[in-house]
Amino acid sequence: MGFELNAKIPSGPIEEQWDKCRFEMKLVSPANRRKFSVIVVGSGLAGGAGAASLGELGYNVKCFCYQDSPRRAHSIAAQGGINAAKNYQNDGDSVFRLFYDTVKGGDFRSREANVYRLAQVSLNIIDQCVAQGVPFAREYGGTLANRSFGGAQVSRTFYARGQTGQQLLLGAYQALQRQVAQGQVQMFPRHEMLDLVVVNGRARGIVTRNMITGQFEAHLADAVVLATGGYGNVFYLSTNAKGCNTTAIWRAYKRGAGFANPCFTQIHPTCIPVSGEYQSKLTLMSESLRNDGRIWVPKKPGDKRPPNEIPEEERDYYLERIYPSFGNLAPRDVSSRAAKRVCDEGRGVGPSGNGVYLDFSDAIRRLGRRTIEERYGNLFEMYERITGENPYEVPMRIYPASHYTMGGLWVDYKLMSTIPGLFVAGEANFSDHGANRLGASALMQGLADGYFILPYTIGDYLASEHPEREPVSKDAPEVKEALDRVAGITRRLLEVNGKHSPDYFHRELGKIMWEYCGMSRNEAGLKRALELLPELKERFWKEVKVPGENEMLNQTLEKAGRVADFLELGELMCLDALERDESCGAHFREEHQTEDGEAVRDDENFSHVAVWEYKGDGERPQLHKEPLVFEYVKPTVRSYK
Amino acid sequence: MRIILHIWRQKDANSPGKMVRYEVPDVNEHMSFLEMLDVLNERLIEQGEDPVTFDHDCREGICGACGFVINGIPHGPQPSTTVCQLHMRHFKDGDELYLEPWRAKAFPVIKDLMVDRSAFDRIISAGGFISVPTGSAPDGNAIPVPKEKADLAMDAAQCIGCGACVAACPNASAMLFTGAKISHLALLPQGQPERRDRALKMVAQMNAEAFGACTNIAECEAVCPKDIKIENIARMFRDFISASVLKRAG
Repeated sequence: MGFELNAKIPSGPIEEQWDKCRFEMKLVSPANRRKFSVIVVGSGLAGGAGAASLGELGYNVKCFCYQDSPRRAHSIAAQGGINAAKNYQNDGDSVFRLFYDTVKGGDFRSREANVYRLAQVSLNIIDQCVAQGVPFAREYGGTLANRSFGGAQVSRTFYARGQTGQQLLLGAYQALQRQVAQGQVQMFPRHEMLDLVVVNGRARGIVTRNMITGQFEAHLADAVVLATGGYGNVFYLSTNAKGCNTTAIWRAYKRGAGFANPCFTQIHPTCIPVSGEYQSKLTLMSESLRNDGRIWVPKKPGDKRPPNEIPEEERDYYLERIYPSFGNLAPRDVSSRAAKRVCDEGRGVGPSGNGVYLDFSDAIRRLGRRTIEERYGNLFEMYERITGENPYEVPMRIYPASHYTMGGLWVDYKLMSTIPGLFVAGEANFSDHGANRLGASALMQGLADGYFILPYTIGDYLASEHPEREPVSKDAPEVKEALDRVAGITRRLLEVNGKHSPDYFHRELGKIMWEYCGMSRNEAGLKRALELLPELKERFWKEVKVPGENEMLNQTLEKAGRVADFLELGELMCLDALERDESCGAHFREEHQTEDGEAVRDDENFSHVAVWEYKGDGERPQLHKEPLVFEYVKPTVRSYK
Repeated sequence: MRIILHIWRQKDANSPGKMVRYEVPDVNEHMSFLEMLDVLNERLIEQGEDPVTFDHDCREGICGACGFVINGIPHGPQPSTTVCQLHMRHFKDGDELYLEPWRAKAFPVIKDLMVDRSAFDRIISAGGFISVPTGSAPDGNAIPVPKEKADLAMDAAQCIGCGACVAACPNASAMLFTGAKISHLALLPQGQPERRDRALKMVAQMNAEAFGACTNIAECEAVCPKDIKIENIARMFRDFISASVLKRAG
């Protein structure tokens, strides 16, 4: 066994690579497409857009999601916007600038060719979404409006109020439902993928559990796409939806798909702080708030006075102080770490001491309450609903939280994993954001993969590899083995009959991950986590309690399976974080920082993608490296001062 | 605070259900309603009992997965708020709350508080889209949209498809849901080519799914967590009637 990494980046100048690749790829003629079947797991921006587009081309598509409807995928929760290098504002934007900003924002740990293509395709995405009827914000003349986002000096973000993700997802969902009506896509809601079927080294299907009846089913196809989102819920508390999980990509990893950069996880600086042990998730407050809000903490540690009683000279506007040129709009990783530092110094605010103020009083004085209400009204309401405090009168309290995972399954330029026939799209793959993602780039990547990349690259795979020439039957031993494996895991979970709920273990896991593999990491802590995690895993398999049985709707059983996978993934993240002995982007190793606490990269030794290969339970996975070459954007020290 | 819950428990679609009483003795005012149910469920699990099943996902009020009836009101007493965003500070010690699933023929109960809303997906499949295959779009700015139209379209497009409108309506009508999608697309220039056909097909599907008709009671608008207005139903009627007449005229 074992795999070799070949990114298959086309040769030639970067601006011609995607055209060249598209020309060189093989095509499936329209009449032959109906002879092929494709499975798409996940129905968010990447999966929904991919399934719809493949259906439009004439392939037979089966699309799976764990929610009751594809319209509920977590892409829906994205607030701020989607980037595109349209240069509609005439402010000097270009494909190259979006490419440059994204590579720099990712702290030089992404693949140049992929990012360039992403920037190119961004133009088509906006056109497509407008044509679908996505109600983007408009100027009075009827043209599209833009705003700016962190890490960029141009206005290239398109938005639909604070619900951009929702509107883009509904656009993809409607295109998908159109294909469902035409019989090109068969939709399987309330189905969870529990294993990948690999036959003769190729991905040929999946095993799912029908979440209503508990029935295990094998679905076979000529290619499989995983678009199952990120694994931020490994921290238990995150801004992800409760159902977001790593199971699909984790079980594919165990079947031979390489897992790239698992330690690259983004912590978003502006979330509502934790209020108690019962807390089930964290809520993001859009980054756009930092355009007008000022972030501060008291200068004195342990200052418990209400914020309005703390005089101006006793406040520390630390982002403005440390990063005078970017100020409150410093990138996410930088802002998050700064918040953690001031809280660690005992200057945090709120009941738990884990919070900083985001204060709008200056902006309200300067612009008037009306303007602030127009800009952020819905976010202020949401804040008040959750905290019971009125942010027009008292400053918001915010704290960083797990939000997005840049790591994911390794894919080549054509979005194919190390298992031929297994494609990975959207947040589930590792491809475009390096060590840190810029705001408004996740929606862009999901739709790029789904609408404009997979439809070509899957055709190329089908036309050149001809998986249909080796038909796989449901009686094949590989199919039986996968079904048995899934049934076995389920049986074990039900048989433990311990004393704690799956959530109990998930919370314990979250505490370990947040403490040792969260916003900042160090060797001793990671080693400690690597001791604690196997212990917790062992306890889980001895003490978890799952009432009921498999042959019924059993949400505890669903949860238990996901937590079991998160427990294993946590170990791989810590291992990767330990191995990556440098600081870059969101991965901050305390051993590698400047005197002022900024990240110090080690390009000499770590300018690579770390790709892990599963070697069996309890065995150390094998590390492979894909070297990163920077021909167009020379790595420099990222400075936002 | 102590909260007493009477929750609809139903094993599956084919079994009869009943209300079961539970007590949650230590509710914190900062908890969301669903977090209170999490606490209850964790206790039930540890006692080896079947926890209460309910749909939920984003817990930010945007995915539309959650929703049940609290004391007769879909999503509970707070206006413009989904049940995942409803916090316990709006209740008081000793409150008795009755939780039931959406009740509508077109939304059969799957288990406990969870219902099958796939009828909504089928209504969208019938015509709730603009037929523009990937790749065939003109430049984004080639289609100017007056700001006020874009804003109105966005007001309608905010629907999260939770189904509270159906649950609140004495006729179990889905006209707010269907009207919102028809309005969203009919308000935009991109939606014009299929406008008539869309109205006819979506209304036909809505009727086929056994949703009732609208009798202008406006309970749907009152409970909608996204403030979708019944003016969308009027727009739907206008499109439907004119499309029907024009179709007959040929």
